[in-house]
Amino acid sequence: MSIWEYANPKKFMTSTAPILPWVFAIAIAATGIGLVWGFFFTPEAENFGSTVKIIYLHLPSALMAINAWLMMLVASLIWLVRRHHVSALAARAAAPVGIAMTLMALVTGAIWGQPTWGTWWVWDPRLTSFLILFLFYLGYVALWSAIEDPDTAADLTSVLCIVGSVFALLSRYAVNFWNQGLHQGASLSMDKAENVSNVYYIPLLISMGGFVLLFIALVILRTRTEIRLRRIGALQARARRT
Amino acid sequence: MIALLMRDLRLAVRAGGGFGLGLAFFLIVVVLVPFGVGPNSDLLAKIAPGILWVAALLAALLSLDRIFALDHEDGSLALLATSPLPMEGAALAKAVAHWLTTGLPLTLAAPALGALLNLPGPAYSFLFVSLLIGTPALSVIGTFGAALTIGIRRGGLLLSLLVLPLYVPTLIFGAEAVRRGAEGLATGTPLIMLAGITAGAIALLPFAAAVALRINLR
Repeated sequence: MSIWEYANPKKFMTSTAPILPWVFAIAIAATGIGLVWGFFFTPEAENFGSTVKIIYLHLPSALMAINAWLMMLVASLIWLVRRHHVSALAARAAAPVGIAMTLMALVTGAIWGQPTWGTWWVWDPRLTSFLILFLFYLGYVALWSAIEDPDTAADLTSVLCIVGSVFALLSRYAVNFWNQGLHQGASLSMDKAENVSNVYYIPLLISMGGFVLLFIALVILRTRTEIRLRRIGALQARARRT
Repeated sequence: MIALLMRDLRLAVRAGGGFGLGLAFFLIVVVLVPFGVGPNSDLLAKIAPGILWVAALLAALLSLDRIFALDHEDGSLALLATSPLPMEGAALAKAVAHWLTTGLPLTLAAPALGALLNLPGPAYSFLFVSLLIGTPALSVIGTFGAALTIGIRRGGLLLSLLVLPLYVPTLIFGAEAVRRGAEGLATGTPLIMLAGITAGAIALLPFAAAVALRINLR
């Protein structure tokens, strides 16, 4: 029993079918609890007022925006090395979710920045690198949809994903050098003492967990859709031949 | 590899090769900017480093789809693939040819256009040096983008969407070096970072471009 068994499309379909509703249910429950708790049952932070509550959307979506790209990178590498179609389709399925997450992080950030920094947008390193990440996602999706042959498209987008990762990292440090910016440093970490206080920490953690599960659920759902589309395509091709 | 390089250079210089087109585009963009922002020379001097770098970048972008598209259409790319020269070498030769016909003329012309934008005196040498170091990276990255999109008809727009985000680090360090030069600050760090990007791109991206070419020719 190895993990590669799930690379078989049939095995993937049969084993994800019963899990999917549960993942969705837990994701929605966790996101809902985290958001409601965060929005209504936490005290307002001094200096911030109620604006701080957007963090329950901002931070998890930003987290998933980066992790979605990482997941695409891993899936692309698996496709290039082991040529499992499910892996390539999962990378394709994750990209639009990543776009949505990036856009959400940018928009909530702008809405949050307006009252606290007094501006919708600054060319701060974190903001800029997210904008660049957004452009990378757009290019990736555009390349997928521009190429007709599915295997060629999977290969080329995988190469783009790997090169893009290097350049996304490079841009991250390049803009850092360019401008120190307004965005605060990391507010959560495992080893630091100066985390945000527990009142905010626990709903934030729940909401982050909810977003992770939501991402997984959406990617599984979209991968299943892609597999079905591929099957329909194969059936139609067979029907045309006879 | 040298033969391929000479062939590409000859093709570019002779009629219809588009040599000089990028240069003319560079000139037009730089001339258009004062019409857009007004003839205030202080303002122009302040934005000149960025404008010159962005214009050079766009001019380099303009000629990218020529790198492989014509060879792909008439089949000479397939011949190249069967030749003893590895694809990596072919990709590098193409990139060098692109740089010699686009990057180098842009670098040479940039100081003259700097005068049009009232670029501050000390910045000229840094403009020249940063373009000289930075434009090879633009050519190599562009070759990779062109290799990705050869199979696509009318892939020019997609090519810019793919390549422009990859140009960001080069642009940041290049323009930063000129800006610091204009203000009389130390320019060592951005120039070294720029050189690092160029060296890394030349070392790694021909391999990625060759992989993309092989996939497209499959």
